[in-house]
Amino acid sequence: MAYATQELFDVLGPKGRRKSNIAGFITIAVVVAILGFIVFQLYRSGQFDAKKWQLFSFPLVQEEILRTTISTLSVFAVGAALSLVLGVVLLLGRISSVKWISVLSAWLTEAFRAVPLLVLMMLLYYGLPVLGATFVTPFFAVAVGLMIYNGAVFAEIFRAGLNSLPKGQSEAGYAVGLRRSQVLRVILAPQAIRNMLPTIISQLVVALKDTALGFMVTYPELLYLAKFYGTQMQYGSPIIPSAIVMGSIYVLLCLLLSWIAVRVERWSSGGTKPSAKAKKKVAVLQYD
Amino acid sequence: MQVLLDNLDLFVLGFTNTVVIFAISAVFSLILGCVVGILRISPSTPMRAVGTVYVNTLRNTPLALLMMFFALGYPKMGLPSLDYTTLAIIALVLYTASYVAEVFRSGINSINRGQTEAARAIGLTFTQVLRVVLIPQAFRNVMPPLVSVFIALLKNTTVASGFSVMQAGAIAANMSERGENLLVTLLWVALFFFILVMVLAAVQRAFERKWAV
Repeated sequence: MAYATQELFDVLGPKGRRKSNIAGFITIAVVVAILGFIVFQLYRSGQFDAKKWQLFSFPLVQEEILRTTISTLSVFAVGAALSLVLGVVLLLGRISSVKWISVLSAWLTEAFRAVPLLVLMMLLYYGLPVLGATFVTPFFAVAVGLMIYNGAVFAEIFRAGLNSLPKGQSEAGYAVGLRRSQVLRVILAPQAIRNMLPTIISQLVVALKDTALGFMVTYPELLYLAKFYGTQMQYGSPIIPSAIVMGSIYVLLCLLLSWIAVRVERWSSGGTKPSAKAKKKVAVLQYD
Repeated sequence: MQVLLDNLDLFVLGFTNTVVIFAISAVFSLILGCVVGILRISPSTPMRAVGTVYVNTLRNTPLALLMMFFALGYPKMGLPSLDYTTLAIIALVLYTASYVAEVFRSGINSINRGQTEAARAIGLTFTQVLRVVLIPQAFRNVMPPLVSVFIALLKNTTVASGFSVMQAGAIAANMSERGENLLVTLLWVALFFFILVMVLAAVQRAFERKWAV
């Protein structure tokens, strides 16, 4: 898609180049002015004082940050794995030939997708104990919340992936005498997974970003730590430095995963390209 | 039901604020998203670069982090003070605009290249190609995914509950002070969100039907 925009305009002539250079110069000037103003304000309000950053030079603090990064990743890993499983379950329910299972799965998928993830997490963390559930830990709430929400999104992605395949594929399967489960497993799934892989990974990026909601149910992830260090009075309440430190870790992790998604997209479209229509169908779901 | 009726004031206040925050953020993220989307397809390389960096950075930043930066960090920067709701809206707008920009860009890219080529062949300039040929056609491709972005925005307003903004996501915290049953409270909140999202989804389906190719 990167080259697609090139079609919008001709190779620029002298006049166009001049115009484009001026526009480019103005853009750079505006961006530099905005960034410069932010940095200047940060500097003026003393955010770059050594005292505010001293905290992050302690080995103990660094170890804590590392541990928290690992706990962020572990809740993400568990949530992602569970949500893929739930996605498959909801999909199988949805395409089941038993009417009530299919209707129930459709409603569950819609409901899980419609409720904000934060409300789901709070429901698990503050709601379940009302029923006498004692096993609810912050980890449980975050992981299961991620599972429920992303599971429903994955179910929809999987369904779009299956629907995007040409009908002839499954018909051919039935024609050679395969059963429904065989058609799904042997013919449809391998092709659909290839089409869906980039979308699945971008949804995983969303899941990783959403672990940041964990601090509201007291799960010790990176933002929780950022808030904690940010309120240490003896180091001048370095909330901005700590948001910068923890934020960069988050952004780097997400960028890494997004980068993998782009690599996979290139790899998966290396052979036969998935049709543009199939891609579009799957891609519409990405914005959830 | 009793839990809802006894605390109707809180529920009404919470959801009114959610809808207001949602509407304001939607309008401004549409505007900012348009600007960034145009930057991303512009002929000028620095403009494209700025658009790309903006979208890639914002889409890989957790919204909660952005809000923390604005809600807790901004007041320490020595700038004119803003209330928490405004700061939350700024974070929501910056975040959502990156998604809106991508919707616009892929909408423009989804138009058959023959259209662009024909438009350029008859001598239209870049802005004319966009205004006269591409945007009118892209419009109907853009509407359904745009509503998806807004559904996400509606749900994302709850993130503001972590930063002292009274809206639907913060109902539970207030109810716990009143000693109410949190399970029932949160189930009501979830149900109302479900209804609001269903309304938006119905709008989306209507758009799809109306402009189906």
